[in-house]
Amino acid sequence: MTRFILNNTETCIDLPAGLSVLDYLRHNQRLTGTKEGCREGDCGACVTLIGELWQNKMRYLPVATCLTPLCELHGKHLVTIEGLSMDDLSPVQQAILDKKASQCGFCTPGITVSLTGLLMQLDGDLSEEQIKRALSGHLCRCTGYSSLKLTLAPLKKRMSGRTGIDALLEMGMLPDYFRSIPERLKRIPLPEIKQLDQIGSDDIPLAGGTDLYAQHRDKLTQNRIVPLNLYPELKGIRSDKNAIRVGALTTFESFAQDPEIRRIIPGIENYIKKIASWQIRNRATIGGNIINASPIGDITILLLTMGAELILQQGKSQRVIQLSQFYKGYKQTDKKSDEILTEIRIPIPEPGSLIHFEKISKRRHLDIASVNSAIKIRVNKNQIQDARIGVGGVAPIPLLLGEVGQKLIGCPVSVHTVRQAASLAIKSISPIDDIRGSAAYKQLLTRQLIIAHFTLLFPDQVKARDFYEAD
Amino acid sequence: MKPIELDLHTRGISQYVDDMPRPEGLLFAAVLPSPVAHGIIRSLGTDRALQIHGVSALFAAQDIPGENQIGTIIQDEPMLAEKEVHYMGQPLAIVVAEELEIARKAVRAIHVEIDELPVIVDPKEAYQQGEIIGSPRLFASGDVELMWEKCDAVVQGSCDIGGQEHVYLETQRARALPMEGKRMTVYSATQSPYTVQRVISKILGLPLHAIEVDVKRLGGAFGGKENQASLWAAIAAMSAWILQKPVELVLTRAEDMQMTGKRHPYISDFKIGATRDGKILAYEVHHYQNAGASADLSTAILERTLFHSANSYYIPNTRIFGVSCRTNLQPHTAFRGFGGPQAMFVMESALTKVAEALGMTREEVQCENLLTDGKYFPYGQQAQAIEVLTCWYEMDAKYDFDLVRERVESYNADHFETKKGFAVMPICFGISFTSSFMNQAGALVHVYTDGSVSVSTGGVEMGQGLNANLALITARAFGINPDRITVESTNTTRVANMSPSAASTTLHLNGQAALIAVKEIKNRLISMITKELNLDAYASVKIKNERVLFEGHKTGWDWERLVQKAYFSRVDLSAHGFYATPNIYFDRDQKKGRPFAYHVCGVALIEATVDCLRGVYTLDSVKILHDIGESLDWEVEMGQIQGALAQGLGWMTLEDLRYDDHGRLLSPTLAEYKTPDVYFMPDEIEITPLNQRETVDGLPYGNKAVGEPPFMYGIGAFFAIRDAMRAFRPDIDFGFDAPMTPERVLMALHPEFNS
Ligand SMILES: Cc1cc2nc3c(=O)[nH]c(=O)nc-3n(C[C@H](O)[C@H](O)[C@H](O)COP(=O)(O)OP(=O)(O)OC[C@H]3O[C@@H](n4cnc5c(N)ncnc54)[C@H](O)[C@@H]3O)c2cc1C
Ligand code: FES
Ligand code: FES
Repeated sequence: MTRFILNNTETCIDLPAGLSVLDYLRHNQRLTGTKEGCREGDCGACVTLIGELWQNKMRYLPVATCLTPLCELHGKHLVTIEGLSMDDLSPVQQAILDKKASQCGFCTPGITVSLTGLLMQLDGDLSEEQIKRALSGHLCRCTGYSSLKLTLAPLKKRMSGRTGIDALLEMGMLPDYFRSIPERLKRIPLPEIKQLDQIGSDDIPLAGGTDLYAQHRDKLTQNRIVPLNLYPELKGIRSDKNAIRVGALTTFESFAQDPEIRRIIPGIENYIKKIASWQIRNRATIGGNIINASPIGDITILLLTMGAELILQQGKSQRVIQLSQFYKGYKQTDKKSDEILTEIRIPIPEPGSLIHFEKISKRRHLDIASVNSAIKIRVNKNQIQDARIGVGGVAPIPLLLGEVGQKLIGCPVSVHTVRQAASLAIKSISPIDDIRGSAAYKQLLTRQLIIAHFTLLFPDQVKARDFYEAD
Repeated sequence: MKPIELDLHTRGISQYVDDMPRPEGLLFAAVLPSPVAHGIIRSLGTDRALQIHGVSALFAAQDIPGENQIGTIIQDEPMLAEKEVHYMGQPLAIVVAEELEIARKAVRAIHVEIDELPVIVDPKEAYQQGEIIGSPRLFASGDVELMWEKCDAVVQGSCDIGGQEHVYLETQRARALPMEGKRMTVYSATQSPYTVQRVISKILGLPLHAIEVDVKRLGGAFGGKENQASLWAAIAAMSAWILQKPVELVLTRAEDMQMTGKRHPYISDFKIGATRDGKILAYEVHHYQNAGASADLSTAILERTLFHSANSYYIPNTRIFGVSCRTNLQPHTAFRGFGGPQAMFVMESALTKVAEALGMTREEVQCENLLTDGKYFPYGQQAQAIEVLTCWYEMDAKYDFDLVRERVESYNADHFETKKGFAVMPICFGISFTSSFMNQAGALVHVYTDGSVSVSTGGVEMGQGLNANLALITARAFGINPDRITVESTNTTRVANMSPSAASTTLHLNGQAALIAVKEIKNRLISMITKELNLDAYASVKIKNERVLFEGHKTGWDWERLVQKAYFSRVDLSAHGFYATPNIYFDRDQKKGRPFAYHVCGVALIEATVDCLRGVYTLDSVKILHDIGESLDWEVEMGQIQGALAQGLGWMTLEDLRYDDHGRLLSPTLAEYKTPDVYFMPDEIEITPLNQRETVDGLPYGNKAVGEPPFMYGIGAFFAIRDAMRAFRPDIDFGFDAPMTPERVLMALHPEFNS
């Protein structure tokens, strides 16, 4: 039994656990404002809000329902476009209408939901950057986005500096029933789920579902799904003396917003923008990225370079394994089928360490990389003390360029060093031709990204020009 | 006026085909696609599929009651493959089930055996093997052969131009309902209800009047639903007909991308010659259109390629050859621009190459050759009211191309790894269906006794704002408030034999038809009131702001009273209007004529920055001056320009439609196929309407077509990026293969690396 609130209605259902929220809305509920445009998280037509109590307050996030299992809604508030509409148009709806930011209209309900979600969540002033973030998971083939960006001005004016659910309610920008939701959610009993240590090899652990639905949708309705999101112990970020401990179910968004993470990975707020979209990042988890074992996983490459280790739990026992030891072959890991990844430990970098991440994809945002790469390096008196470089998309597994890192130690930061590192890197990789690029392109990119790491981190010692003029 | 469509959209209550309440007993269809691109079908093992609980029926070619044919211009395309399959994704069989997921599951359970045959994906290879559709076409003017030696520079080159997936957000879909007395009602997401009607009539062997096709709105189309909606509507209709139950078919995105046709890829070879001051004397081009497995609209699209091969330039000697080549890909089809973009891209490439040979800038050569009134297009039409030079000068005055070049050059001098580039892109696009007979439209207007008005036309609303514009112009013509107007769905029982909503002509044709109907009713009303008030000066009775005025003075009559009176006086309050564009013709044998009612022109300035270390780029700004004639609703028109521009930019850069040698689409989902997103589009986009100069006759309120032409501004992005690349590597002679993906940029900038 899954119990939740659908817009303003208490709902209790017993349907296949893996049924997606999108199919449930369109087929079972016939709430047709939520559209299907791709079934793989890339278009945003299916976006709704999912609200839950978080530190005693409601927190609403826009998510792609085509990748969200129904069973996970337990104890939550599902808000569709129908649940946001009032007699008069809401400010978001009005702004879209006034700016003619809708043509065929197919993308419009999803966009309306995301922009509303932005206003509910935002703290601080609305900016064009925020609007773009809210639209990052949406495709609109008609408008070219210009008119959508113009909704900023009227929204800003209407909000007059205020944001958040309470302000929206006070100003009549959300239906009144939202006030009663926290109390109503509290009345929903806890879900009936098995203990974490009872998860067996017949179960499919589902984290954000963003890979599972995109890759194995057909399996999900028939098999046993364990929605890991219902286990609060798998979430949250804590820090130890030597390491930051990241719960496997931490989403990309929470990861990038965590102050500890921001401290050890400066620039994460920029890197994260290039990873998926806001709507996907609200669901996709760090653990899922690692277990999915894609050779091009962005967070995986970053964590591999940072020297992360994994805590795997099987029944009541636990083990620790280095992320760099975890991958065995294309999409093969050391994880046993009944093991659950509970936590990722990221060692706190030694003082003076520099970290940088590069991702090249056809489209800069919401696209899978052709090649990505991260570097962690520590230099003292222009001499490299230690270095780790990870590269994705160039081997069957996310690749740590161990030998390159080793060879760099003791070298001065110089064009010569970088040249040697780059040519060794090219020898250590084995990319293949695919839609993300030819093997030759990926080799060239690997070289270029290594140059890019150094030109960015050591602009005084290494300049891009040096690699061309002497060529 | 209240924009009703948008109000519904933002609330999520506007209904697309499958959003409408479901009829009792609705069944769901799914289609089995061919897993190979070419082969002979050995067997279809359907036993397992039929055993699945909930499956109602399975149909293959032999179950088709009428003729297994969906081709429109050329009858060469079966609805379901019979013996041979010609492309990967070609429909082989249909499963109908109680639930959609069951139908899809049953499709996966069908076991097909196909003996594979050799596959052709390259249009030139197809041409060499004689695999062509229709006959090769040649337009010529002057004599190129005589000219080459008179030129100071003659260059040759080749363009390999990628296709483009439509990515209408609403995939193909239809719902068919059997009706009493051997009739069918079909709700189809189509730009061409009449084509759907004709195709179903053939598939079912029923007369046209037994098929009612109704279209409320489309969730985007862009040409992809002009011809290709029919297949899916016919599949739903045939299933519903045989089972006598309502049947719905909705493609998933993956199915849609793998089974439907796209913008045609082209390979084109050019030769161009110019004098040392940049005057182009001769241009020769061979277009090899990759048509896919069957004709679809390819021959018509090829024809427009020929028409637009010289873009907005006057070239006295031309030799323009084109051929539709049959390959084992999806049958490619209409897409915004309809063959024009490929033609213009090749022209711009040739011009660029000759400019480089002459040591001139692109702008110098462009400006030197722009078309002016009185000159002739290669197809014999005289240029009239062509505003491209006006647009050019106004743009130059406003943005100063020389200054832009200086700014870009000084940036490039100061920066090593990032380089800027820019391009100016003039366009000149002919408006009218090039098959002259299609330039006709009908409308039906009713005035009800309470004064409310219903307007039906043959035009389909697909986001272009047709309904709002129709409401606006009919209200204006009546002299009443637009809130009184409802624009109805597009329905074959209200308007017969309609042309598709395409070729940017929808508002023009259907608006005129509606205005003719309005005028008819209005004349009746005015002659009635003239009699009633005993006025003799007929012409000076007017309806304005809902009031009846005589010689500018109030008469005490308002719209509602007028309509009431008319009803009781037994005056007909309905009228049908019919419009046919005058003065257009084209003689396909002579290859000369006046195929276009008029041309739409404009000029764009596009700037880009390339990160030469990483091969990635950003489009910094786009400025456009566009000839809209008289604007009806500038915001709506600007929306069309922005949307078309985004698609054009995407086509030239990110949208990487690729097939392997087996005819398999390598970008079969939106995870691989990337269209512009909010970050990709430049923040700085400035669009200005050209102040009206010369009026063109016969437009509704002087408004010019806006749907397709702005797409071609996007071509400038390719040349802007290429310009920046030249700044980084002046020593390299870059080619003209599109799209300019980051991979192409990086590889082209580092040719040494490959070795
Ligand atoms: C539109 C879109 C864009 C994307 N963009 C990017 C991108 O830019 N960069 C990128 O790296 N990825 C991207 N992805 C991929 C995906 O979002 C990430 O890989 C994500 O981290 C997967 O996490 P998840 O929680 O959704 O995993 P799920 O799909 O829930 O699970 C993935 C796999 O891991 C298993 N699993 C998950 N958690 C655990 C656990 N704790 N213990 C044991 N097994 C577990 C599941 O059983 C499953 O096999 C994108 C995906 C989509 C749909
Ligand atoms: S349907 Fe496209 S993101 Fe869900
Ligand atoms: S309005 Fe058509 S996709 Fe956005």
